[in-house]
Amino acid sequence: MSLRIVVCVKYVPDATGDRHFAEDLTTDRDAVDGLLSELDEYAVEQALQIADAADDAEITVLTVGPEDAKDALRKALSMGADKGVHVEDDDLHGTDVVGTSLVLAKAVEHVGYDLVLCGMASTDGTMGVLPAILAERLGVPQVTLLSEVAVADGTVTGRRDGDAASEQLQAQLPAVVSVTDQSGEARYPSFKGIMAAKKKPVESLDLSDLGIDADEVGLGGAWTKVEDAAKRPERTAGTIVKDEGEGGKQLAEFLVSQKFI
Amino acid sequence: MPADGPQPVERHLPTEEARDLLGLTRDIAAREIRPRTAEEEDAGRFPREVFTTIGAAGLLGLPYPAEYGGGEQPYEVYLQVLEELAAIRLTVGLGVSVHTLACHALAEFGTKEQRAEHLDAMLGGELLGAYCLSEPSAGSDAASLRTRATRDGDHWVIEGTKAWITHGGVADFYTVLARTGADGPRGITAFLVPGDAEGLSAAAPERKMGLKGSPTAQVHFDGVRVPDTRRVGEEGQGFSIALSALDSGRLGIAACATGVAQGALDEALRFLAERRQFGRPLVDFQGLRFMLADMATAIEAGRALYLAAARLRDAGQPFGKQAAMAKLLCTDTAMKVTTDAVQLMGGYGYTADFPAERYMREAKVLQIVEGTNQIQRMVIARHIAGPESRD
Repeated sequence: MSLRIVVCVKYVPDATGDRHFAEDLTTDRDAVDGLLSELDEYAVEQALQIADAADDAEITVLTVGPEDAKDALRKALSMGADKGVHVEDDDLHGTDVVGTSLVLAKAVEHVGYDLVLCGMASTDGTMGVLPAILAERLGVPQVTLLSEVAVADGTVTGRRDGDAASEQLQAQLPAVVSVTDQSGEARYPSFKGIMAAKKKPVESLDLSDLGIDADEVGLGGAWTKVEDAAKRPERTAGTIVKDEGEGGKQLAEFLVSQKFI
Repeated sequence: MPADGPQPVERHLPTEEARDLLGLTRDIAAREIRPRTAEEEDAGRFPREVFTTIGAAGLLGLPYPAEYGGGEQPYEVYLQVLEELAAIRLTVGLGVSVHTLACHALAEFGTKEQRAEHLDAMLGGELLGAYCLSEPSAGSDAASLRTRATRDGDHWVIEGTKAWITHGGVADFYTVLARTGADGPRGITAFLVPGDAEGLSAAAPERKMGLKGSPTAQVHFDGVRVPDTRRVGEEGQGFSIALSALDSGRLGIAACATGVAQGALDEALRFLAERRQFGRPLVDFQGLRFMLADMATAIEAGRALYLAAARLRDAGQPFGKQAAMAKLLCTDTAMKVTTDAVQLMGGYGYTADFPAERYMREAKVLQIVEGTNQIQRMVIARHIAGPESRD
C-alpha cells in the first residue's frame, strides 16, 4: 500500500525583510513578502527522499494560513510533492500554536497519513513545539529534531544529535517526525517542476469542513497573547578606538569589558 | 535608489511560466552562484557543480523542445535568463550560452535516433558541452579550418587542433566541425564527439585577462575515432550548420554583455550610496549621477535591441543583421559601462577587493568572441550596403 506522507509547512514573512507586528500585535503579513519557511524546505526534501526510496508513496503538503499561503504549497509542489491542502478561514486570524495544532491534526486526519513530517520550527514564531503537540493530538509517536531519517517496513528511524550525545530513534508508523536544518540541503525546484506544480491539485478547506468551532482558534481561542511589543532600538554606531599610541591597550580593555577575553 | 539597494531589472515577460523561470534563475544565482564568484574567478576555478545544479533546475536546455527534455522557451526568455546569470558570474552565463550552442547541431540537424539517444542528457544538464569551430589559424575566417575527418569503414578518424574552446578539457561532449572534403565551406562536416574519446586531449587552459573561471583551451584530436552514427547532418553540411547557429550565438553574447554591464552598474550604485566625501554620499553628486544615468540608458538600449532581435527570431523572421547589431552595441556598452563603474568607484574600483575591475576585464572578451566587433560591423554593412566590391 502506498506510503502516505503529509508535510506540514508554513508560509512566513521573508526573514531577510523588515518584519513588523500588526496593530493587533499579530504578525504583519502585508509588510513583507511571504515564502515557504526555509526550515520547512528541509521537511519537504526529506519527504521527497523517503518517497523516492519507497516503492509507492504520495506526498501531501498541508498549510494553514491566508490566501497567499498557497505560494508555500506551490513551492513545495514544484519541488516534487504530489498534492496540496490549504486550510483558510477568516476566523483563524491570530491562532496560536495550540490552535494551529488542532487545525493541523484535523486536516491530517482528513487527508489520511502514515507519516507526518515537519520542520524543526517556523522562521517567524520559532516555537519549535508544534510537532510534539500535533503528535499528542493525533495520539501517535513523535520523533523530533532528526538530522537523519529513513522509513522501512512500517518503521521510521533516525538520528537526533544533541549537545552531549547522538541518539538513534525508532518508532512505528503512523508517527510525527520533525527534521532539523542539518538533515540535508533542500533541492531547487526545476523549471519543469514549476510548470507541473500548476496542474497539481490543491484542496481548500475551512473550519467547518474540519468540524472546528471558531472559538477554539483565532485570537479569541489563543492560550497565549502578545501583550506588548516594542521596536528593538536601532544599532548604535559602536565604539571607535583611535590609535594614538594606546590603541592596542584600549582594544584589549574593550574586549575585557565585554568579556570577549 | 531604494533603501535596500539596486532593484531587479524590470522585465516584460510573455508568460507566467517565464516569470517563474526568471524567479528561479535569480534565486539560484543569489544563493548558489554569487557567494563563490569572487574567490573562484580569482583562483581560476571552474564551477562544475554549479552547472550540475542549474542543469537539474532545467536551465541548460531552455530553447529546445520539451519532447527532448528542453524547456521550450522562446529566445526572448532564454536570453534574459542568460543575462541574469552573467550579471552574477559571466563564467556561468557564457557557459550556458556555449552549451546551448553546442547542443544546436544535434537538436536541429540530428536524426530522430541521434536525438533520442543523446539529447535528453545534453539538455537535461548531465552532460556539459563544448563547441569546436575555431582553430589556431582559422578564427574569423572559420571556413579555412584544417582539422580533418577521414572515413574508415563505418567510422571517422579526426586529426587536428581546435583553439579557443570554452569548456575545453571539462566538457562531456564536443560538437566538432572538421574537414571531410575539399577546401572551402562545402567540405566541412559536423560530429558529436564524447569527451572521453581516445585521442582527445586538452592543452593547459589559456591564461586569460578575465573570465578566468571558465577554461578556454586548445583541444587536440589525435586519431580520434567516432562512429558514423555520430556524424551530425549530411557530409559537407557542417559549415551551414555552424552558420545557422552563429546569429543565435551572437544574441547569447549580447545578453551576457548586458548582464555584465548591469552587474557593474549595480555595484557602482551600491558603492556610491555608501561612500561619503565632502560630507555627502557620492551618489548625491550631480556629475556622478549623470554618469549613472548614461550607463543605465545605454544598458537599457542594448537590452531592448537584443530583445528586438530575439523576437524576430522567435517569429521565424531573419534576424542576422539585428543579431550583429545587438552583439556590437551590447558588448561595446559593456566595455564602456564597466570602465565607468571602475572610474566611479575610484581607487577601490581598481582593486580586486571590489568586483568592478572583474566586470571590466570580462567585458573586454565579449567584444572579441563570437565574431569580433569588427566582423559585426562588416556583417551589418553587408546587410545595408550589399557586398564589398572586389574591384
